[in-house]
Order: sequence, then C-alpha cells, then structure tokens
Amino acid sequence: MSMMELKLAFPEIFVATMACVVLVADLYVSERRRGLVHFLAILGLIFASIITGSHMAAEGERAVAFHGTFVRDMMGDVLKQLSYLLLGIILVYSKHYLREFKLYRGEFYALCLFALLGVMVLISAGSMLTVYLGLELISLSSYALVALNRDNTRSAEAAMKYFVLGSLASGLLLYGMSMLYGVTGTLELTEIANRVPWTDNLLATFALVFIVIGIGFKLGAVPFHMWVPDVYHGAPAAVTLLISSLPKLAAFAMAYRLLENGMGPLQEHWESMLIILSALSLIIGNLVAIAQTNIKRMLAYSTISHMGFMLLGMLAGDAQGYAAAMHYAIVYTLMSAGAFGVLIFLSKAGVEAENLDDFKGLNQRSPWFAFVMLMLMASMAGVPVFIGFFAKLLVIQAVINAGHIWLAILAVIFSVVGAYYYLRIVKLMYFDDAETDQAINVPMDFRAVLSLNGASMLVLGIFSNALIALCVASFS
Amino acid sequence: MSLPIIEIVFYLFSAVLCFAAFSVVTVRNPVYAALFLVLAFFSSAAIWMLLEAEFLAITLVLVYVGAVMVLFLFVVMMLDINVDRLKEGFARYLPVGILVAVAMAAELFIVIWTRGFAKMPRPEPLPDGYSSTKALGEVIYTQYLYPFEIAAIVLLVAIVAAIMLTLRRRPETRYQDPAKQVQVKRDERIRMVSMPAVKREES
Repeated sequence: MSMMELKLAFPEIFVATMACVVLVADLYVSERRRGLVHFLAILGLIFASIITGSHMAAEGERAVAFHGTFVRDMMGDVLKQLSYLLLGIILVYSKHYLREFKLYRGEFYALCLFALLGVMVLISAGSMLTVYLGLELISLSSYALVALNRDNTRSAEAAMKYFVLGSLASGLLLYGMSMLYGVTGTLELTEIANRVPWTDNLLATFALVFIVIGIGFKLGAVPFHMWVPDVYHGAPAAVTLLISSLPKLAAFAMAYRLLENGMGPLQEHWESMLIILSALSLIIGNLVAIAQTNIKRMLAYSTISHMGFMLLGMLAGDAQGYAAAMHYAIVYTLMSAGAFGVLIFLSKAGVEAENLDDFKGLNQRSPWFAFVMLMLMASMAGVPVFIGFFAKLLVIQAVINAGHIWLAILAVIFSVVGAYYYLRIVKLMYFDDAETDQAINVPMDFRAVLSLNGASMLVLGIFSNALIALCVASFS
Repeated sequence: MSLPIIEIVFYLFSAVLCFAAFSVVTVRNPVYAALFLVLAFFSSAAIWMLLEAEFLAITLVLVYVGAVMVLFLFVVMMLDINVDRLKEGFARYLPVGILVAVAMAAELFIVIWTRGFAKMPRPEPLPDGYSSTKALGEVIYTQYLYPFEIAAIVLLVAIVAAIMLTLRRRPETRYQDPAKQVQVKRDERIRMVSMPAVKREES
C-alpha cells in the first residue's frame, strides 16, 4: 500500500473521520447548541466535496487501489459529488423537522454521515466484498434511522419490517455472490468478468438470479417492493426523505458495478430479468399510486415506478443506456428530495402532513411554495421543459435503440397514467380551498434550499445539456 | 497415521465433545446446560488445534467462551426461567425433531458416500513454524485492508444504533458523581451539636 492509494480513498477517509468527529462532538454540546453539530456536518460535506473535486477522475480514467477493492472513476466521482449535495439538502430539510418533532439528536447526523460513507463505498466498490460492506453500512444506518422516533409504534413496526426484509435480501445477495465466488475463485469484479467461461454456465446464471434479486430489493423494484410503502409511511418524514433519495444513487452504482463490471458477459440473461422488473415496476407502481390518499405512500409507489424507469435505461447494457439511467437516478433523487422537503414544509409541530388533503389550497397559504411543488410534480410527471421530461426521454431513446419498442410504448403509457396522480396534487393546491389558514413558519435556510431545489427542476430542464453531458462523459 | 497419540487425543476430545453436546440438550438445569456448552466449545477448540488451525481455536475460546457464553450465563441467571415450561411439548415435537435429525444424518451420509474419503485426501502437513494467525493477519492488513476497515465501521454503526435506540436518560435516576464525592467538605456532612451534659437517670 502506498500513499497514492490512500490519496485515492481520501474522500472516504475524510467522511469516516467527520462522522466520528460529529459523533463525539455531540457529546460535548449542550441541547441548545445542537446547531453546532448541524453546522459541523454541513462543513464536513463541503470539505468532502472540495477534496473529491480537487482530484476528480477525468473522462475514461480508472484508478484501482487496495488490491482491486476500491475503484475510482468519473462515474463514481460525479455520483459522490451529488451525494454530498443531496445529503446537504437533506440535512437542511430535516433540521427543521427534527426540531418540530423533538427528535433533534446528534446521532441523526452521525448515522447520516455513516450512511453517506456506505454510499461512497458502494459507488467505488471494486470487489464483491466492498459492494456488500457498503450496502450493509447504508442498510444498518437506515434501519436505525427509521426507528429514530422509537416511542412511535408505527416507526418501530416499519423499522422491524425493513430490518427483516432487508436482511433477507442481503442474505440472497450474499448467496449469489458466494456462488459467483465458487465459480470464479475471485472477489474482484473486473476479474470475474474475465475468468468465467460464460457460455451456458448454469451456476453463474443461477448466481446472477440471486444478485438481481438483491439489487431489485434495494431499488424497491416490483416484485421486491413490498417493504417500500410501509417503510416510507412509518418512518419519520426526515428519514423517508433520506432513504428515498441518497441510497438510490448507490443502488444505481451497485447495479452498474455488479451487472456491467462483474457480469457484463451475461448481459443477455440479465437483460430479460431487468425487463420483467422494470415493466412490472412501471405498471404496479403507477397503478397503485393512484389509489393512495396518503402522500408518503403515494410517493413510495411513485419511487417504485421511477426505479422501473431507471432499470429500463440499464437493460440495454451500453454506454448510452447507462448514461440515461445515471441521469435518471440523479434527477429522481433531486425530485424526491424536493417533494419530501415540501412535505416537511407543511408539517407543523408534532403533526406530519401526510394526507393529500393537507395540500388543499396551498396556493392561498404560500403561493411560491405551491409553485415549487408544481415544478416538482410536473418534473416527476415528465412535463416538457422540466428536467424530468429529459430524463424520461433519454431512457426511452436508449430503450428504442436497444430494440425494445414495446417497452418504450409501455413506459410512455404508464408515464401518462402517472401524470394523473402528480397533477392531482397540483389541482388540490390551486383549485381547492385551504382547510386552515395557519401560517407556515419555517426558517430562512429551509426556504432558500427548498426554493433552489424546486427552481433546479426548471433551470436544469432549460440547460439540460450540462448534466446530460456529464453523465455521457462518465461512461465514455 | 504415524503417531497414534494424535488419534488418541482426537478420540478423547471427540468423545468429550459428543457427551457435552448431548448433555446441553438433556440436563434440566439451564446453568449446567450453558456450562456444558462451554465444555463443548473447549473440546472443539482442541480438535481444531489438532488440525493446526490455531487461530480458529483461539477465537472460538475467546469469542464464544469468553464473551458469548458469559452473556448467556448472565441472561440465564438474571431471568427466572421456568424449566418445566421449557420441557413442555417435548413429546409432541419429538417426531419432528427426529425427522430433522434423520434427514440431516442422511444428507451427511450421502455426501460422504458419494464423494468418498479417498477423494478428500489429507492436506499436506504445514511447514514448521507456520502460523495461520500470522498468515491471516498478513492478508487482512494488506490485501483486505480496505474492506477490513469498512467492516470495523459497520460494527461502530451497530453500536451507535443500539445505544441510540435503547439509552434513555431519566432525570429521576439518582447516580453518584465521584468528583463531587471527593470534593465534599466536612461541614457539608457533619453538624456539630453542643448539648448540655445531663446526668443519666437511674431507673
């Protein structure tokens, strides 16, 4: 091991250190000064971003460290930068929520940073061992965070379900990995792709099934989606915000690393599996979301359909498809963070805004934030000009290029179905009368970040080329 | 096969292991059961030692006997376990238990029968001075350094999460503050009372 290798992993080392610093600092900070911990965490994210940015991997560059367990490439660096940004947004939103719900504790910040570390480990995983460890790091932090409000039975139930199903999925993934290790005798992903005589290798295909199940579970793709609505519903909104956005970036990276880097030669096999997963996710996610009156459950089913869309991009197994899927994952996480941000915006001390009726007449109460929500919903529905439209367009282009015309048609049809429930919220906000005229009282930083988050939908949509170019460059 | 002493030691520890394992299930007293489990762990550690896997042997004793079994004993002694309730339904579940045991034995038998001992030869004897602990350490701290550190962080997260979910600070709990106790002044504890001397009344 040389200094060079340590330097490559410096962002990870820094985030791990920051998480420990935040954990210890919290012990010495009094209840009233907890803002200091928040500040420290945000500062850590900014520095992590600078550290990653100072040695950004260039286009097509690929550096391997620690005997192949760690990979640093452009895709990884771009995703890491977005993870910092996303966690920054999440921390600003959740600070207000945690205060209102008397959950404002230092452990939240430490666990969030550990989850971020897990995301980073997974993003730059070079061997099955690091894929699994990164995944467990994210999962363990999320299980604990879901149970953050431990006196709430609904949260405890959600955490329990998440934990049991999550460990089952981890077990299945591990089983697949062990079979793959048995076939190849190596844990390193690129090495696996080289070693196996891939044609008609039954055991490798069998391992692939388990690995796809593991990925499907982490993404929440149908038929491995049963945990998503319950966990989203049961968890405190600040935690739902976290688990609905940040881990999805990691899940995309995990799918890419395992399927493309590790099992690329089996593309024709996993293509058909991903087609089933994504088609079912699109259909069930969008149809069931219509029937939901609870907004958290509705967004949960919307997540399922979005993940189906993202998988559509991956199944072609070419650079264009991966770029489209990565773009979709990034756009989805920004939209999801914004939507849950508005949800937190509407929550008042101790009462979560979680029913569709809470959006009634938002235009009368706060015209600007009603517009922010309008932008987010329009982007999720895929209305042109907003960034969500371009994300969908790229994926559909990739699917058509891969020769699955019927899948593209299915995706378009169910995007239209999905537009119904997104636009229903817009209707509630603008055409119904408010049930309360209670003033909405949120701090300045929250308003600023939420406004920027909403505006980014439009700005990124108008200047869509920049983000798309970044994603395309990541896979060239 | 050269040294019969190894065989003797193997059979001795195997016999103790079988006896201890059987006793864990059959003794009535849960404390005895836990102690028999300790004996079983020790015997298997000795057998591992015979296989020149000293690291596994040490870990088994340190982790299972040193930590897990002590925890077990704590739980057994802290909780008032009703042995009769535990033994209830023994006869009812016995057939299922036997079925599982027979199935497992049959599976083992099939594996050994089809593979045969001939296809699983004795490994080459390790060179003198070979230490599996050292070999493992070398691999963990070089090749698998990064995953090893991440695994450590996963454990740290588990600790943080467990404490976060269970620790409750109760303001009404009385606890001692050693610093305060040390700094205490005589005046705070003792009150000198001057009383007039009174002659004891004889009764």
